[in-house]
Amino acid sequence: MIRKSFGLTLLLSVLLLALSPSVFAASDEENKTGFIMHHVKDSHEWHFATFGDTHVTLSLPVIIYSSDRGFEFYMSSDFQDPVTHAFGVEHEGYYIDSHDKLQAVDENRSFIDLSITKNVAMMFLVITVLLIVALSASGFYKKNPNKAPKGVASVLEPLVIFVRDEIALPNIGPRYRQFTPYLLTLFFFIWFGNLLGLVPGAANLTGNIAVTATLAIFTTIVTNVNGNKDYWKHIFATPGVPVALLPVLVPVEILGAFVTKPFALMVRLFVAITAGHIVILSFIGLIFIFESYAVGLPSTLMVIFINVIELLVASIQAYVFTLFSAMYIGSAVADHSHGQDHAH
Amino acid sequence: MLTSLLLTAGYALLGAGLGAGIVAIGAGLGIGRIGSQAMEGIARQPEAAGKIQTAMLIIAALIEVVSLFAVVVCLLIALNGNITF
Repeated sequence: MIRKSFGLTLLLSVLLLALSPSVFAASDEENKTGFIMHHVKDSHEWHFATFGDTHVTLSLPVIIYSSDRGFEFYMSSDFQDPVTHAFGVEHEGYYIDSHDKLQAVDENRSFIDLSITKNVAMMFLVITVLLIVALSASGFYKKNPNKAPKGVASVLEPLVIFVRDEIALPNIGPRYRQFTPYLLTLFFFIWFGNLLGLVPGAANLTGNIAVTATLAIFTTIVTNVNGNKDYWKHIFATPGVPVALLPVLVPVEILGAFVTKPFALMVRLFVAITAGHIVILSFIGLIFIFESYAVGLPSTLMVIFINVIELLVASIQAYVFTLFSAMYIGSAVADHSHGQDHAH
Repeated sequence: MLTSLLLTAGYALLGAGLGAGIVAIGAGLGIGRIGSQAMEGIARQPEAAGKIQTAMLIIAALIEVVSLFAVVVCLLIALNGNITF
């Protein structure tokens, strides 16, 4: 039984890699590593694969708001040359530059770029998956209130209990039920985003620093809005510290609460996922740089190996982000009035 | 002037390569220590092996992220130095 599924797994992973035609583009670029950044960054079109000269891409909407023209809706194909599919074509006073950023031809024009880019579309996909999974599980519980779970609910229940009993409860304490929904949302959004981003052809959602910055800001807001008197006392008048040291310590504490902690959360998730993708793509790129079978086979095996490790990293980073969020929230709502084991 | 420009491009690549290598040493040292202490802990108390292993994996992921931070910086230097292969 074990031998059968191992062979199947191996076959599927080799097939999956053989069918990553998006990488064939590497053999055409003079700069052979350009495809790495192209895969990792955001873009106004969703490029799936390139077979020889045909590009399989999905053009995404470009939505612009400016104070004089209001909302404008275009497709990204409007900004592309119809023959070469290169960006840089000017349309209605805007163009997309070589860094895949929307610019106005008139440099003084101010506008807000609300386009559905690749990462936004990926986020909608992750949200849809999340809603389907969560709503079907909760629907089961509503219909069968006292039965053992079956189906999606049975897969979700151990995970939800894990987040509640291992992450929320030990770190937040008696008020854990108030924050468990936020922690669950965080955990499943990051986990699904990480996992779906590893599928060939998918967008690098949680490896986008804007996405991780937003998640870190959410945690910071939840932490500081729920801070109690002891929490603010720790920051502005740390007990047990000589008064002469306070002018140094208070800015450090304020920075810690509002800058360092969210920064660490943001960078940790961003770097782990982006660097993982870059390593996988670099190994694939090695094949095209050397163009030899002697490099091709070991490289492919390394790519399979690292892809599996990235699955583990995806789960660990989701767990770590949620754990640190729970610890910060716990420090904000901690109740010190029962004479606990603190040095002060 | 052209040679001095080419020299700076070379230095950038040298810096990126050396940096990535040194980062690998740091990560290897750190995670190696975690692994060795975890092995020792499991050897002393085999029934705690599950908990020790879980803690080891999590902390290794945290340290690995620090090293990946430096790798991304080196990669940015290497890819943005106007150097073509």
